[in-house]
Amino acid sequence: MAETSDTILAIRGLKVDFTTPDGVVNAVKGIDLDVRAGETLAVVGESGSGKSQTMMGIMGLLARNGTVGGSAAYRGRELIGLPPSELNKIRGAKVTMIFQEPMTSLDPLYPIGRQIAEPIVHHRGGSYRDARKRVLDLLELVGIPEPERRIDSYPHELSGGQRQRVMIAMALANEPDILIADEPTTALDVTIQAQILSLLRMLQQRFGMAIVLITHDLGIVRHFADRVAVMRRGEVVEQGSTAAIFERPSSDYTKMLLAAEPRGHKAPPLDSAPIVLEGRDVSVDYQIGGGLFSGGHRMFRAVDRVTVRLREGQTIGIVGESGSGKSTLGRALLRLIPGAGYYRFGSTDISGFDRARMRPLRREMQLVFQDPYGSLSPRQTVGEIVTEGLFVHEPSLSKAERDRRAVAALTEVGLDPEARNRYPHEFSGGQRQRIAIARAMILKPHLVILDEPTSALDRSVQGQVIELLRRLQDSHRLSYIFISHDLSVVKAMSDYVVVMKDGRIVEEGETAAIFESPREAYTTSLINAAFNV
Amino acid sequence: MSFVLRRLASAVPTLFIVVTISFFLMRFAPGGPFNLERPLPPQTMANLMRTYQLDQPLWRQYVTYIGNAVTGDFGPSYVYKDNTVAELIGKGLPYSMELGFYALLLALIGGVLMGTVAALRQNSALDFSVMSLATIGTTVPNFVVGPVLTLVFAISLSLLPAGGWGDGSLRFLILPMIALALPQLAVFARLTRGSMIEALHADHIRTARAYGLPGRVVVVTHAMRGALLPVVSYLAPCAAALLTGSAVVETIFTIPGVGRYFVLGAINRDYTLVMGTVILIAIFVIVFNLVVDILYGLLDPRVRHD
Repeated sequence: MAETSDTILAIRGLKVDFTTPDGVVNAVKGIDLDVRAGETLAVVGESGSGKSQTMMGIMGLLARNGTVGGSAAYRGRELIGLPPSELNKIRGAKVTMIFQEPMTSLDPLYPIGRQIAEPIVHHRGGSYRDARKRVLDLLELVGIPEPERRIDSYPHELSGGQRQRVMIAMALANEPDILIADEPTTALDVTIQAQILSLLRMLQQRFGMAIVLITHDLGIVRHFADRVAVMRRGEVVEQGSTAAIFERPSSDYTKMLLAAEPRGHKAPPLDSAPIVLEGRDVSVDYQIGGGLFSGGHRMFRAVDRVTVRLREGQTIGIVGESGSGKSTLGRALLRLIPGAGYYRFGSTDISGFDRARMRPLRREMQLVFQDPYGSLSPRQTVGEIVTEGLFVHEPSLSKAERDRRAVAALTEVGLDPEARNRYPHEFSGGQRQRIAIARAMILKPHLVILDEPTSALDRSVQGQVIELLRRLQDSHRLSYIFISHDLSVVKAMSDYVVVMKDGRIVEEGETAAIFESPREAYTTSLINAAFNV
Repeated sequence: MSFVLRRLASAVPTLFIVVTISFFLMRFAPGGPFNLERPLPPQTMANLMRTYQLDQPLWRQYVTYIGNAVTGDFGPSYVYKDNTVAELIGKGLPYSMELGFYALLLALIGGVLMGTVAALRQNSALDFSVMSLATIGTTVPNFVVGPVLTLVFAISLSLLPAGGWGDGSLRFLILPMIALALPQLAVFARLTRGSMIEALHADHIRTARAYGLPGRVVVVTHAMRGALLPVVSYLAPCAAALLTGSAVVETIFTIPGVGRYFVLGAINRDYTLVMGTVILIAIFVIVFNLVVDILYGLLDPRVRHD
């Protein structure tokens, strides 16, 4: 690779290996990359591509079982093999990092001001008192309101976006040459994502540092990066200018990634289609605090008088940021949590139904969750997980019959039926989500509430899961309520969209109308944040 | 401050419930303080019962006891006849508290240090030796550890006294302190190791390393403070365990503390003495729980009380 004069970080033949009980895993297989002064380089790849481990290896942050080899020279100085005391002079001063999850990346036990001051005090000397002025300036710079008051706040007292701003302040404290941003917006709501990205861009223009953006989100890359390196299975499959990558991708993998953005749209059901589920004036209140001796508690209204009517074969997309009440609404509609209002399932009024009376209806209404890791019991085989509902709803089935149904359900979701004798940890994220879908489908439900079913998945896998859900809907006349913060997925999946904020419906309508001519400013800001970062 | 007052106020009903339950449990146990191997003549028995008001209905005895206890009168011991319960405990408590204090200090400091070292050198020989020692500390009871320590350090090597309080100098304290502290030290070491390993894997530790902070600062300032939280919560049960553990250790090393009253009181059905020791332990546990909560608030801003 030709090294240009303005290359400040030259990575050559970088390797990262992990020693695991199953043998050595080559996470990064000898890659070459250049970071040039002042540029934004996006390193793009799906989970397991080695994009994060490359940077962790250079920064000496690998897990204990990891080793790094090859070369990474920062302004001519080799970083690989440097003793920690020497590396400590560069990391945190010349090369800094921000991470995906700002909540856990900050120490919960110290005020944010002290945490921002720590690298200043450490790299420049002086006391924490001396650093205070600089910390206040930094907080101001990254747009934290009332820095004088916020400087003594703890991480848990800030919002997610503010925490990431604090991390950015920390990263800027010593005026770095290179800022490595590892999925900096993945854990944030879309509107916050856009704010953080424009803050980074503003700071880059002002201070001129290079940004290495590690991400799986091509939407961010297109608007933010100068150059792109696409990684897959520990190798760089393609690199070049952003325009070139997006307009003339040369590798099949890059083409596949670009095509993996959710596509298509769904036609609305016929007007004559019967209503499957209706919730009228649904409200849900939560009690906050209150203990035996502490006395008073407050009520928090998570969902406020929301009305939803789901027709047969329809998909209603419910969008909103975290805390908007969209998941709570989904659970209230299924009568899984108590809520006020009128509820109807088919022609049955289920408003007053208790758990026992709901039970026979449960097989008709299923729920699929976001986290395919947390929602499958690690100690059950896939076969046991998938057939568990049959024990409750069709207890008379013979063992052979249950097994036949499990094979059919797994085949239908595109899994090898042999999978039923294995355990969830042996499967990838996408396969686990298929298992969760099979668990719902085996009961032959009428409606399925999908709560962020694709949010934990890579884009390419996401597309496959969406295809699967579409196919199942067509073949079984299913109705979906599709809860998601990801507008591109909602746009592709649903024929009707409900936009929620603070427990209320901001706007609702047919998908095309909402996306093409939103009436409310909030909807517009969501759409802008999602599609034109 | 108001938090402390509120907590102290809520300790009153707790104490009351503990006293009530123990009072009736004790009375429902078969036997009584004057049921000796050779039964007393009925007339003598009746006199004794009348003297100690044990002939009264149970509820009246209970009311009388509570009434007296509120004024600090815990009654006479039925077995150590010339002493009130308050006198017995008052005499023994300073010895037990001094021994317990040193044992707690040893267990806490030793356990935390050993656990930290083991966590930093996870799966090394050092880690395995610390954890083996912890297993020994937990599994070998102190009525074995005590005599073994005496045999080695007092009798074979003649380094330290075999027992007694002597002039109360540290020499006399070392062996009983180790025997008493060892099981608790083992628990602290285990707890610290576990929480330290977890703390070292936290994302914010990666942040601290990424910002070039030296290893010492990363471990002490960032990992250890979080890792100490579960350790601190164990302080209260530990204090209770040290008090009850002293029953055995004080007997082995012939220390005139309160520990032996826990066992003897119960065996002799010395109702008032048992009640006295129960109240003592309850107060210790309540006070230590309060201390733990205050420490917790100091260490962790997320649970800070106003």
